[in-house]
Amino acid sequence: MTQPVNTKETTTDLYRRQFLGKTAAAAGFALAPGMLLTEIAHAKPADEAVSDKNRWGLLINTNKCGSGCTACVTACQTENGWGELNHSEEHSRASQKAVWIRKVKLKDKQTGHVQSLPLMCQHCEHPPCVDVCPTGASFKRKDGIVLVDKHICIGCRYCMMACPYKARSFIHEALQNQKVHSPRGKGTVESCTMCVHRVDNDGTPACVEACNAEGHQAMYFGDLKDSNSAISKELAKNGGQQIRADLDLNTGVRYQGL
Amino acid sequence: MKKNIPFLAIEGRSSSYYSLLALLGAFILASLGAFYYMEHHGHYVTGMSNQIVWGIPHVFAVFLIVAASGILNVASISSAFNKKAYKPLARLSALAAIALLAGGLMILVLDLGRPERLVIAMTYYNLKSIFAWNMLLYNGFFAIVIIYLWTMMQRNLGKYTRIAGTAAFLWRLALTTGTGSIFGFIVARQGYDAAIMAPMFVIMSFSFGLAIYILILMASYNWTDRPLGDAIFNRLKNLLGVFVAAVLYFVTVYHLTNLYEAQHHDFEMFILKDGGIYTQLFWVGQIIIGGIIPLIIFYTPSLAKSRGLVGFGALLVIIGGLIQVYGIIIGGQAFPMTIFPGKEVIETTFADGAIATYIPTLAETLLGLGGFAVALFLIAFCVKIMDFLPASLADKDVDPHYKAS
Repeated sequence: MTQPVNTKETTTDLYRRQFLGKTAAAAGFALAPGMLLTEIAHAKPADEAVSDKNRWGLLINTNKCGSGCTACVTACQTENGWGELNHSEEHSRASQKAVWIRKVKLKDKQTGHVQSLPLMCQHCEHPPCVDVCPTGASFKRKDGIVLVDKHICIGCRYCMMACPYKARSFIHEALQNQKVHSPRGKGTVESCTMCVHRVDNDGTPACVEACNAEGHQAMYFGDLKDSNSAISKELAKNGGQQIRADLDLNTGVRYQGL
Repeated sequence: MKKNIPFLAIEGRSSSYYSLLALLGAFILASLGAFYYMEHHGHYVTGMSNQIVWGIPHVFAVFLIVAASGILNVASISSAFNKKAYKPLARLSALAAIALLAGGLMILVLDLGRPERLVIAMTYYNLKSIFAWNMLLYNGFFAIVIIYLWTMMQRNLGKYTRIAGTAAFLWRLALTTGTGSIFGFIVARQGYDAAIMAPMFVIMSFSFGLAIYILILMASYNWTDRPLGDAIFNRLKNLLGVFVAAVLYFVTVYHLTNLYEAQHHDFEMFILKDGGIYTQLFWVGQIIIGGIIPLIIFYTPSLAKSRGLVGFGALLVIIGGLIQVYGIIIGGQAFPMTIFPGKEVIETTFADGAIATYIPTLAETLLGLGGFAVALFLIAFCVKIMDFLPASLADKDVDPHYKAS
């Protein structure tokens, strides 16, 4: 009597439940990664201090680095407003103009092997520039990024004497057309900031982005303390060397194929 | 027992005295003008660059700072080591130490990229920085030497002179060690990175300081017609000879050590053989002009009899010393840093692996010379207003038993 009806209703209910369940699962499946990603991306709210939970680093595969390609250099210039793109540095001689990142081509004296790589501040764990700075203007953030506080730099250039990578430049004249996130002052010293303004907003340094856009994929950026980050996995799998490893500075920038 | 020699301010009314002050004043004004020019435009008007970051101003500044601590030695010999013959020389020695340090520091400060921020450097110290140590050492040096002078010049404080003089002597050793360590602790550059630089700077200070002292003494006694006897003059001359020889010894050890270490071979070849101007400056300027010729003058009896020649020898020590500091500061930077051991740089946009060129401009040279002018002006001014110079340094007053050989 009522059983067939009941059976029909039960079947319909079951179908409805299954439909709702699947829809919810699909929605959950679609939304969850987004929520998870958001959670990762906003691991550090803007008002939270930088911590030593992370150590930001770069890994450069010199075998993938394009000989003659200067995409990373151009991207850094565009991002931070230095070099040929800033026409106000007009009086300085070539040797006086600022260089934050440069491409270097090397030949092994023994084997003749030629390789090309970008060279910039190596963001050392034990930075000589920070040790020698009398005023504390040269400093290292807890997350490993080495910076210059332009407000307290007195322009003594001792950090430039001490840096083993010649990574720093002194500004020899007043500059115009500066980027808001990258102030540059006459009489102070500057260098690669690892695009700290991007990193603090969960971004990637401009050089890495440009290298990827160019299709070389020679540069990795990430957290050296996170064993699941792409940079850590790549380092664990294929290793990476420091430039002047003999100085024991534990650089945040590593190279493969050096 | 012989009486103490009275100290007497110079009269300082002659037109030549005022001409001297005017000349030094003109140099000071020129250096201030040079500072304004460099500060207004930025350092692009200098020969300095991102390759040679410290230029001729640093050469003059480091030379003066090193010489400042060295010139105090004359006073130390009298107070800390109790040599009575040097006692009349002590006040001028302490005065000159303050004056030379002031001149050297003026150059350093005015060459900063942001000199108006000096207050930051004076109020915040990164105690791991050798520069920060030096700022404490310089300020302390002024304070200690002024107290030391005070104990010498105020009659009833004489009993403290020995302790103040000893403190000043120890402080000056620390100060020059600090100056040498600015370079000695730079591990990245092949020309530096040597602990021997600290004691080498100490011995350089003995030599440069005494050479300047002898010339100041000769000039002030000559121009004021006060007697300067052989007893004191020959002592100073012989002591300078010992210091010049000691500098040569340290320079030899420094280069021999580098020659032994494979990683420094290229740098040694650069300085000693293939470095062009730097090789010439080393052999001709530092070794022959600043070392060998003065030694020949000081120790050849027939030559050493001539005051003029000995004064010339002291001048050569100063010139050779400036060249030595030039070689250390500029040569050490001009030689390319080894960033990639075992590799040759075949392409770069930042002069990696290339010898850097440096041509000082007039402005930065004037700034450097201004430091000398400030130091000499201070000395010339102070010996007129206070009793720094003994009325006589004749043999009979200094050492009645002295017999000319």
